Amino acid sequence: MTELLPVLTETWDAPRSWRLSTYEKHGGYGGLKKALTMTPGDLVQAVKDSGLRGRGGAGFPAGMKWGFLPPDDGGPRYLVVNADESEPGTCKDIPLMMASPQHLIEGVIITSYAIGCNHAFIYVRGEVLHVYRRLLEAVAEARRVGYLGTDILGSGFDLEITVHAGAGAYICGEETALLDSLEGLRGQPRLKPPFPAVAGLYARPTVVNNVETVASVPGIVARGVDWFTGMGTEKSTGHGLFSLSGHVTRPGQYEAPLGITLRELLDQAGGMRGGKPLKFWTPGGSSTPLFTAEHLDTPLDYESVGAAGSMLGTRALQLFDDTVCVVRAVSRWTDFYAHESCGKCTPCREGTYWLKQILHRIEEGQGQDQDVDLLLDLCDNILGRSFCALGDGATSPITSSIQHFREEYQAHIDGRGCPFDPSASALFPYTPRTRTPDAAGRELAGADAGGH
Amino acid sequence: MTVTTSRPEGEVTEPKMVTFTIDGIESQVPEGTLIIRAAEQLGIAIPRFCDHPLLAPAGACRQCLVEVAMPDREGNVRPMPKPQASCTMTVTPGMVIKTQVTSPVADKAQQGVMELLLMNHPLDCPVCDKGGECPLQNQAMSNGRADSRFDDVKRTFTKPVPLSAQILLDRERCVLCQRCTRFSDEIAGDAFIALQMRGARQQIGRFDEKVLGFESPGCGCGDGGCGGAEAGAESDEVSPPSVPDAAPVETDANGQAFSSYFSGNTVQICPVGALTGSSYRFRARPFDLVSVSSIAEHDSCGSAIRIDHRRGQVMRRLSGEDPVVNEEWITDKDRFAFAWQSAPDRLTTPLVRDRDEHGNRGDLRTASWAEALEIAARGLAEARAASGVGMLPGGRLTVEDAYAWSRFARQVLGTNDVDQRARAHSAEEAEFLAHAVAGTGIGVTFADLEKAPAVLLVGLEAEDEAGVTFLRLRKGVAKRGTRVLGVAPYASRGLTKLSGTLLPTVPGAEAGVLASLRDAAVTGGSPGTGDPTPGGELTTSAAAALREEGAVILVGERLAASPGAYSAALALAEATGARLAWIPRRAGERGGVEAGLLPNLLPGGRPVTDPAARSEVAAAWGLTDAAQLPAAPGLDTAGIIDALSVGHLSGVVVGGVEVADLPDPAHARTALAAAGFVVSLEVRRSEVTDLADVVLPVAPPVERAGSYWNWEGRVRSFGAALDSTALPDHRALHALATQMGSDLRAGTPAEAHLAVAALGAWSGERAGAVGDVTTAKATSADGAVPAGREARTFAAEPGGGPAASGSAGTAVLASWRLLLDAGRGQDGERHLAGTAKRPVTRVAPATAAELGLSEGDRAEVATARGSITLPVSVTAGMVDGVVWLPLASVGSRVHDTLGATPGDVVRVRRVETAGQRQTAAEDDGARWPGKEQS
Repeated sequence: MTELLPVLTETWDAPRSWRLSTYEKHGGYGGLKKALTMTPGDLVQAVKDSGLRGRGGAGFPAGMKWGFLPPDDGGPRYLVVNADESEPGTCKDIPLMMASPQHLIEGVIITSYAIGCNHAFIYVRGEVLHVYRRLLEAVAEARRVGYLGTDILGSGFDLEITVHAGAGAYICGEETALLDSLEGLRGQPRLKPPFPAVAGLYARPTVVNNVETVASVPGIVARGVDWFTGMGTEKSTGHGLFSLSGHVTRPGQYEAPLGITLRELLDQAGGMRGGKPLKFWTPGGSSTPLFTAEHLDTPLDYESVGAAGSMLGTRALQLFDDTVCVVRAVSRWTDFYAHESCGKCTPCREGTYWLKQILHRIEEGQGQDQDVDLLLDLCDNILGRSFCALGDGATSPITSSIQHFREEYQAHIDGRGCPFDPSASALFPYTPRTRTPDAAGRELAGADAGGH
Repeated sequence: MTVTTSRPEGEVTEPKMVTFTIDGIESQVPEGTLIIRAAEQLGIAIPRFCDHPLLAPAGACRQCLVEVAMPDREGNVRPMPKPQASCTMTVTPGMVIKTQVTSPVADKAQQGVMELLLMNHPLDCPVCDKGGECPLQNQAMSNGRADSRFDDVKRTFTKPVPLSAQILLDRERCVLCQRCTRFSDEIAGDAFIALQMRGARQQIGRFDEKVLGFESPGCGCGDGGCGGAEAGAESDEVSPPSVPDAAPVETDANGQAFSSYFSGNTVQICPVGALTGSSYRFRARPFDLVSVSSIAEHDSCGSAIRIDHRRGQVMRRLSGEDPVVNEEWITDKDRFAFAWQSAPDRLTTPLVRDRDEHGNRGDLRTASWAEALEIAARGLAEARAASGVGMLPGGRLTVEDAYAWSRFARQVLGTNDVDQRARAHSAEEAEFLAHAVAGTGIGVTFADLEKAPAVLLVGLEAEDEAGVTFLRLRKGVAKRGTRVLGVAPYASRGLTKLSGTLLPTVPGAEAGVLASLRDAAVTGGSPGTGDPTPGGELTTSAAAALREEGAVILVGERLAASPGAYSAALALAEATGARLAWIPRRAGERGGVEAGLLPNLLPGGRPVTDPAARSEVAAAWGLTDAAQLPAAPGLDTAGIIDALSVGHLSGVVVGGVEVADLPDPAHARTALAAAGFVVSLEVRRSEVTDLADVVLPVAPPVERAGSYWNWEGRVRSFGAALDSTALPDHRALHALATQMGSDLRAGTPAEAHLAVAALGAWSGERAGAVGDVTTAKATSADGAVPAGREARTFAAEPGGGPAASGSAGTAVLASWRLLLDAGRGQDGERHLAGTAKRPVTRVAPATAAELGLSEGDRAEVATARGSITLPVSVTAGMVDGVVWLPLASVGSRVHDTLGATPGDVVRVRRVETAGQRQTAAEDDGARWPGKEQS
């Protein structure tokens, strides 16, 4: 039985947890003080040895990424923290930055020292103004006590952090689109190569890391590589935030070693809401193929989830019980992808536009017999044909849901409408802005009608 | 020169070849070749939209997907998991590529992308301009599904949106390949259009408040990313481009977003019918058109163009493909300005005018060729016998015409009084051309510009005066970091787009600036020895840049108005080792120099004063006695006009000369009126027609064959696009010479062309440079006295050096022609005129303060002759004490209205009543009946 293991979340329930003093009281900045006694090369090696993998979804080894930087040529090199958390279901970085921003700041300082960066950027999603403000204040706090600025703690190392608020585009979570956006350009993914490690921000060597990845670095430095590799599995070491949402009794952040199973997490979270059976879930956000109840015991590490046909992604576990119509859920996700497609490449731009129409058609009872095959073929024409991975991600919920629930799609087509009551899956009543005529009738009839 | 390498000079490095396999065929290509190009070389056509050989890869449309396998470290060829965009991936050793020909995966991927592209594309091919020559249409047939499975709701937009007066955008047809935006950004440097919005609503657009949901100045979001964008998404309304009365900042960008000189190229490279030209829209079907290759006549670049005509009428012009000259780009003037050739005022028959016994002119009447030639021959013979006949051929001639004109002057009229320069000119320039240009063959080329480490522009605004030269310079700047230096009064938009460094110069003081560059170059160019004065560092670093091997100095014809400048440029070239090229504005001028349309030159760069040169010419022309050729240098344009006005010449033969283009148009009008006998060879009626005794109509370029020599010295031959009975100049002159008992050997295009070849370049002693090159530290005081200036009779004070402004309310005049202006070559093309820069008066901030001018005021620039009133644009970085006007734009005919040339001192004052159009400007417009006023 894998137990929860608070590391990044350790201080979240402390009074005024976001304050530097609170963080320091709990041992914060010990990692930095130790790091400044090490050489940058040793730091990079330590992170390589720790096996820390990118927590932003792709799981690329962080130390290897740092090692890709070309030798120092005297010019600037940058650390850019990807805090543009926008994936449906993913909600780990924003609470982390809200509750304990100094974790990130310390990680940024250590990482910058390790890669020889004197100006780091945190690109935070623009919609979360409260987090943006908290980060600004956290940077200011760190600066006031000399963790930032020139000659940090007498080490001779200089660093400035710029917190930049994005303008509300999912695509800017893609690292090269993020860099374009940060440079003031239209946020669309860049052609690779060159990769950011060679020519990233302002065409200089750049490391782009996720918030949680960077925030994990101080612990590795302070407590040692062995401590970190002692957690998780052989290839998926360390701790991670698991974000449980949806039909679960106690939704929220659960920090645990990688390799924990959903069954174990559900035990911690009080089980499914109202004890209803689990129908399907996403292991890592909406862009990862759906799992069902048969995957409850799949260890949530990169290898096991991959072997089971999905991706660990951002460990955004969205849980859906049997009141949920999978077509409706997938249709809403597809709306998101159509809305957020950056428009650069044809498959994603036009494909999501079409997928959205077909799914709505099926949901509303206008589907035709060949539509399910059409969806699969369209997804085949988008997956691996789009410019960046976001187009691929748009197809995951569709293909996996058809794989697991094809008969449910067919039921919509044969029955000329959705067999589910959308209000049954809702927690509290509200008046939806749009509804199908049938659903509208039902909702108006029931006193506890509502959406979710 | 500053860098020595062990490699012998001129060695060509063999490109490293890469062996790969495509569709089972093993082949080799140079390292770095894109898969899509490698496939082309083997005749395998991979469909594509965003790919363009001259634009950076984008990988946006995903139409060109192929399967790729590559050897891993152990040498096992491993397929990549996803199909790859062949337009972005380079061929690597051992790569195995399967295109749609052999790979079902690639074929399905391409069909899938094509289906997605077509799904929102309107089925309006039958009314679309692109229908019949449409890459989308063609590739949908070759690489698409037979039918579409899309029966949902199509995306619609309001159509069309005018991006500018001449470019229309139909967003429904757009496949968002970004060729247009990438061209505008990468090639032209006019990023006036960009992607806006996102996802399925993504569209190309210019800056438009409504599309962008741009609430008020200060939002600063730049693109569709800000919150306001979503609100704007509801509305498809796009406000039409408007010309604000007083745009505060970009006063010369005419207030329209896509006012690029090169915007027409986007229509041509658009792979669908999304971008269309206003003038061609709905006018023809591609399959009804006959296409002919030709050469553009609007500048001296010699751009290859394609003329599409139908039933004897030119419907449109496109860029031709010529990698060594214009690549695939032309200016909008070359593309859209062709209506002048069939304008209503075209001369179609010879005209003659009878004079009464007092010499008063009667009315012109239509005449037969026989009668007109007879009258012209008699009149010219009499004038020749009296005080002689001069020739003003103008700058529009082909080289065949130029040879005929040159030979006519020497052989028939027995004179060297011939000068093609219908602009500010000088004896110094004639000597410079004889010394450094005539008979030198191909010198600096476009490719040299692209590779040059540094290029100095002096007397030349490349974007306005030689459009595709500007593009090639910009390519060098972008690809190889060419350092561009501009000797000019202010950093024009063109220089800015070249990331150029301005060497601020008062007009007339160019020689001094060039001399100090030369001094800096001679003293070694090391920073310590540089001039300690402000700007000294700049001079030193500029001189050092010019000493790098491959550096180029480009001089424009405007240097003729700046005494000593040509000589100083030669001296600078000699001191730095930089190569020098002369770029005139008009298409015929370089050929004219070769043909000897200058008072001091015979064909091939032969000095008229050299007996051996005259003998060669006489032999080539079949003259028995070289003494038949005049030996003394003749009069230049100003001299001919002066001589006509006082009766020292009795007659004149005039070609493509607009009187208003001459440095002193009023004087020229008087002189032509006073001339005893005037023969005009013209395409259209002009001011000369009204004073001519005999008018011989000649053919415009589209109706005749010929060749231009571009500024490189490259022969640019073209055939007749349209069948025509109109005679080219050389045939008209040949007939006239025959009438006068002489044979020009120019009776047919072939004969005329051979006559050019009969005289090679001069191998004897070249004409000397002006003054002593090594010591020419020219100022306006020494060097040759410019004849053009000497001849002027107007009241403007003579120009001066940098400190010339001095007295209150005056400034030194700076001026040049903009690409789009009031020139008659642009007549009849109102859409093109809509993208011209708005004429403004430019002054530096300090000078503006001194003169009491501020942005948006109207300023009157005046001489004793007249005044021009235009809005003021206060231009930062401009040299103080200078006022700039467009030379020949609507409302600003500097020569005509002011009787002034750049370098003269003019009066400047603020005009109180804003908004009123100045009388002189209206007069000016009225004098140009062919010019449409907007």
